[in-house]
Amino acid sequence: MSVQRDVVITEVALRDGSHAIAHQYTVEQVLQVAKALGEANVPYIEVSHGDGLGGSSLQYGLSRTNEMELIEAAVSVCGPAKIAVLVIPGIGTIKQMKEAANLGVKMARIATHVTEADVSAQHLSVAKEMGLETVGFLMMAHMAPVEKLVEQAALMESYGADTVYIVDSAGALLPHQVRERVRALRQSLGVNIGFHAHNNLSLAMANTLAAIEEGAQRIDGSIRCLGAGAGNTQTEVLVAVLDRMGIQTGIDLYKIMDAAEEIVAPILQVPQEITRDNLVLGYAGVYSSFLLHAQRASKRFAIDSRDILVELGKRQVVGGQEDMIVDVAAELAQQQP
Amino acid sequence: MTKVKVAVLGSGNIGTDLLYKLRRSSVLELTAMIGIDPASDGLARAKQLGCATFDTGLNDFLEQQPELAEIIFDATSAKAHIRHAKALRNAGKVAIDLTPAAVGALVVPTVNIQEHLNETNLNLVTCGGQATIPIVHAIQRVAPVEYAEIVATISSKSAGPGTRANIDEFTETTARGIENIGGAKKGKAIIILNPAEPPILMRDTVYALVERERLDRAAITRSIVETVRAIQSYVPGYRLRTEPLFDDNKVTVFLEVEGAGDYLPTYSGNLDIMTAAAVKVAEEIARHRLEGAAIGEEMQS
Repeated sequence: MSVQRDVVITEVALRDGSHAIAHQYTVEQVLQVAKALGEANVPYIEVSHGDGLGGSSLQYGLSRTNEMELIEAAVSVCGPAKIAVLVIPGIGTIKQMKEAANLGVKMARIATHVTEADVSAQHLSVAKEMGLETVGFLMMAHMAPVEKLVEQAALMESYGADTVYIVDSAGALLPHQVRERVRALRQSLGVNIGFHAHNNLSLAMANTLAAIEEGAQRIDGSIRCLGAGAGNTQTEVLVAVLDRMGIQTGIDLYKIMDAAEEIVAPILQVPQEITRDNLVLGYAGVYSSFLLHAQRASKRFAIDSRDILVELGKRQVVGGQEDMIVDVAAELAQQQP
Repeated sequence: MTKVKVAVLGSGNIGTDLLYKLRRSSVLELTAMIGIDPASDGLARAKQLGCATFDTGLNDFLEQQPELAEIIFDATSAKAHIRHAKALRNAGKVAIDLTPAAVGALVVPTVNIQEHLNETNLNLVTCGGQATIPIVHAIQRVAPVEYAEIVATISSKSAGPGTRANIDEFTETTARGIENIGGAKKGKAIIILNPAEPPILMRDTVYALVERERLDRAAITRSIVETVRAIQSYVPGYRLRTEPLFDDNKVTVFLEVEGAGDYLPTYSGNLDIMTAAAVKVAEEIARHRLEGAAIGEEMQS
């Protein structure tokens, strides 16, 4: 049975959502979520540490469960859905990607900072050789001008990416900025264009619709907004909205709503909402996974977490530089009278 | 005082920076630079500095004037070094390898050079390894390290095409060095490229989980400070950003590396610490050889 999908959605709660729960997923939770997503006919489900394969670390937070066990669990129950993994070269390695592929992963999403695409060359080409579907994932897209984004996306296409994503890791892009970026990529690239939003400025849905209108075919969502910061475009809401617009996602609306309500909501310690810290992530243009780390540093050094995040934004810190949070907090604490 | 003759193989940024550092050495005599690009800035500068220059690669050097150097610094590429390593070994030369090839013993001058003075091929691990493995070792001297993790953040401009094309080599080789040289039971390495302008200095963070019963904060801090001073003797811009932080059994150390600005810009402390460490390794070998020769002469007389 073939399903029509005008837009192909990747559910990222089991990867991006790992940040929001400090990488505490259990095998049981992943089994329940992946099974429900598969039954709702979600085409792709991303599973890994929040910072991708090999992300379990003192820098980003140790995983409660080895991610390979989580991947294996997801593969075993996801039915026709395909399991994807994130790999950030410099953190995760080709060796780990191969291990994941042997467990049944079908898609590798290779992520770099928006200006550093050339570190993905080896990982993308090896993934392709292994028969995986490949995605190039350009993170912190708000930090580069459009021409730079186009140049870097073209590099990823040349390395063998089947799709190139514009990734708004900080949730900082405004709708017109998303529009011009997707349009520019559509004009220069032959491959699929994807868009990954964060809801820190309450723009995830608006930005996603702008991206789709400009021709993005791949969209990331997180069910119940279970992603870093204020979460991503809320998958079940997106499915409903696109349905009203006559755009087919192939996802069963009632089933994805039930999964959100009955399975994912209980995993969240607090509901995902736009708190002042989340808002500042988007406002200052800071990597969404810095949230919990900044809150911890705020307590430890008695500094307003917003001051820490704004200072990090000023210093043009990129994704993965979580060590800068404690460093900056310690420095701000010293400067206080 | 007699000096040991050395040559630089590779006329790119790293090789050229080496020229300037070698000229300051009291035990090494820079005689030649070997490249493959006659138009390279490195070879032009070497000529200006009075070195013999070869622009047709290592084989011609070894055939024409092998007596010009006992020690050769290889600043080419991992792939080329595999070939060079063999040729240098056959010619009886010592190879100091700055590429990620890791053919020979992995060395960090302040930690394990004394064990490798008679080797003929020595590898400098990685820039992140040179900056952080001594700190892991400094902690390990006081309290056994169960797990050590390092995060190296470098400016995009200082990450060369070799590093970019094979970034797993960095994470994997550095992790191995943290274990085998630093002494941690398990090691992990992460590298991040930051494109900010003006370029940031190299930053390194070391996290170590130590045996709780042996956690002596004062002794660990003393040991780290001692190591930082030892590294400063050959990398003056290497420094702690703050006092080490302690959190239960976790030790966190923030470091910054400013380059000497010889040929490379000061922000590329990651490259500077490699060239400085390479010179330091060669100097230790040279001293060992000169002492050996002196003892030999005494015994004859």
